[in-house]
Amino acid sequence: MRSIMFLLTGLVVIGLAFWAYRENYRTQEVAREIRTLQLEIAETRGALAILNAEWAYLNRPDRLRNLAELNFDSLGLLPMNGGHFVQVDQVAWPAPVSVFAQIENPVEVRGILDDAQGVSE
Amino acid sequence: MIRTPLRPLARILSAREQGENPDRIERDNIRARHDDMQGKARQRAEGRLLVLSVLFLAAFSAVGLRMGSISVSAPQEPRSGGGGDNILAQRADITDRNGHILATNIATYALYAHPQQMIDPVGAAARLVEIFPELDHEQILRQFTGERKFVWVRQKLSPEQRQAVHDIGEPGLLFGPREMRLYPNGALAAHVMGGASFGREGVNSAEVIGVAGVEQVFDETLRDPANNGEPLVLSLDMTVQAVAEEVLDGGMQLMSAKGAASVLMDIHTGEVISVVSLPDFDPNERPRPLTEGDQSDSPLFNRAVQGVYELGSTYKLFALAQAMDEGLINANTMIDTQGPMQWGRFKIRDFHDYGPQLTATDVLVKSSNIGTARVALMFGGERQRAFLASMGLTEPSPLEIVEASGSQPLLPPNWSELSTMTISYGHGISASPMHLAAAYAAMVNGGTRVTPTLLRQDSAQTGPRVISEQTSRIAVDMLRQVVTRGTASFGDVEGYEVGGKTGSADKPRPNGGYYDDKVISTFASVFPASDPQYVLIVTLDEPSIEGLGEMRRTAGWTAVPVAAEMTRRIAPLLGLRPQIETPALTAVTLSSN
Repeated sequence: MRSIMFLLTGLVVIGLAFWAYRENYRTQEVAREIRTLQLEIAETRGALAILNAEWAYLNRPDRLRNLAELNFDSLGLLPMNGGHFVQVDQVAWPAPVSVFAQIENPVEVRGILDDAQGVSE
Repeated sequence: MIRTPLRPLARILSAREQGENPDRIERDNIRARHDDMQGKARQRAEGRLLVLSVLFLAAFSAVGLRMGSISVSAPQEPRSGGGGDNILAQRADITDRNGHILATNIATYALYAHPQQMIDPVGAAARLVEIFPELDHEQILRQFTGERKFVWVRQKLSPEQRQAVHDIGEPGLLFGPREMRLYPNGALAAHVMGGASFGREGVNSAEVIGVAGVEQVFDETLRDPANNGEPLVLSLDMTVQAVAEEVLDGGMQLMSAKGAASVLMDIHTGEVISVVSLPDFDPNERPRPLTEGDQSDSPLFNRAVQGVYELGSTYKLFALAQAMDEGLINANTMIDTQGPMQWGRFKIRDFHDYGPQLTATDVLVKSSNIGTARVALMFGGERQRAFLASMGLTEPSPLEIVEASGSQPLLPPNWSELSTMTISYGHGISASPMHLAAAYAAMVNGGTRVTPTLLRQDSAQTGPRVISEQTSRIAVDMLRQVVTRGTASFGDVEGYEVGGKTGSADKPRPNGGYYDDKVISTFASVFPASDPQYVLIVTLDEPSIEGLGEMRRTAGWTAVPVAAEMTRRIAPLLGLRPQIETPALTAVTLSSN
């Protein structure tokens, strides 16, 4: 009986040792992965900071003003003034989209659409 | 184990034969057996102690060794923790009220040299000077060929320059990573930003420290890792600031002024939406302070905050508001304006003769020095001083830039009756445009004190009361009349009901007296008059313009049109809708101070 106990205990110890060994290596692997990820995050953050700085630099008011002046012919941008405020009913809303927009250039489908209000011509 | 019997028969028998006591043998044996057992127990105990002490020794030496190794080895960042990845920039960004970046960091490199590792120091020095023309060839050569083992060459490199240095192919030239402060908008809000430079420097990193403006005031906050890189949000609006700078710069050139300043402030929250001082500079390449001459001529000088000027007739509002608030006069009280007013050997004159009497409103509208001086005499110097102090006009501006501590207003050393009179129309007392903005904000916001701030606020300030709400309303109405029928007729902006007061003060000579042909002209305005929201101060230094056949220097001809153009451009950007006013008859009014 006792020797069986010893044997079992020995087996359990060997099993645990094997498990610990594997966990150890898995942990190290995960730690390495985290390290790579963190480096990647840091790099991405660095790139983001540079891009933000670049965005701010490209959108600096001086440059936008010059661009607006250079492209006045095509854009016609003027400094904003009080006259640009209008009443809501003065806003030129886009024309209502026709429900038949998709079938305004129909091919000859007479008689195929059910209840097509007769516009499919 | 063989047990020794306690009474071995052979010995007992022989003892009995010799007549001895056989019990003694038994006792001897018992003693011997006890000795034996004791010896064994002792041995076992000693063995256990030994094992135990070995264990303890092992445990303690393990702990000791670990402690030793931890203290000797280099510190290592925890790799698996989640917190370590937030710290990237050592200095937080600065943004405007809408989140547009005003200051950020970019990675760059510093260049240093190890002359002992160099293959061709002479050639390297020559090629470095080609890349960086500002380097001193002689000095670099001396450093590279001398005894030194470490030489700093440059603090910042652009990527192109770095590649060019790489292309030299000299192993003794090395790069150290650096974080550099970048102001992407260039000179925009330069005086608020200030600038930054390197503090303690090492090969692998360098401290970035603020040297002026908000960068210096909030240096600790910006560098505090506990803030987790949270940006510093200012009250400035980048778009408004850019427009203000553009218009003010145009106005300054048109009026041939040598400097200009403007302050736009929210009268309820005290937020400074835009503050401009021209000429300005690029904080990315902060110029050195002047080593000779007047510091106020340097572009580093912040005219809006550091520049304390006699702001002239803009102060008249304070005298009239105080008198009205104390119940001494009302808006229609007739005030004696017969001139010139003699006080000792000093005479007070008006720009024009306004006849014997004007109403209090007209004293402000026509800007009568004599009328204001008489009003000031009603309450006297002591109360005047207390009133000006209650708006913050006697102490340095509390604005959060480091230069603000230098904005101590100049007060008369002896507040005599004559001082009381001259101060009532803004002479003999100096303050910065920022002071004036805060004081005007207090006058028109319903009468509570405003502390100017550069940080975005979420709610209105509730400062101590300066004047009653009633007086504040009348003050706004009077200011509006100055624009509709007074000295600031060029200041009207259609739809935005500008109210304001002009001020033109002769510049003091450095050695006493005043210049005849150099003025500081100021326009302090508030808009829209029906529901005041913003205060705009525009100050021009030594402006002059040809108008109606003569040289004009007064604010009505110089600062007022500039301020009007600024309001016209800025008010829509602030989201103010133009009011539809009933059309009034247009008239040209000759303006004076």
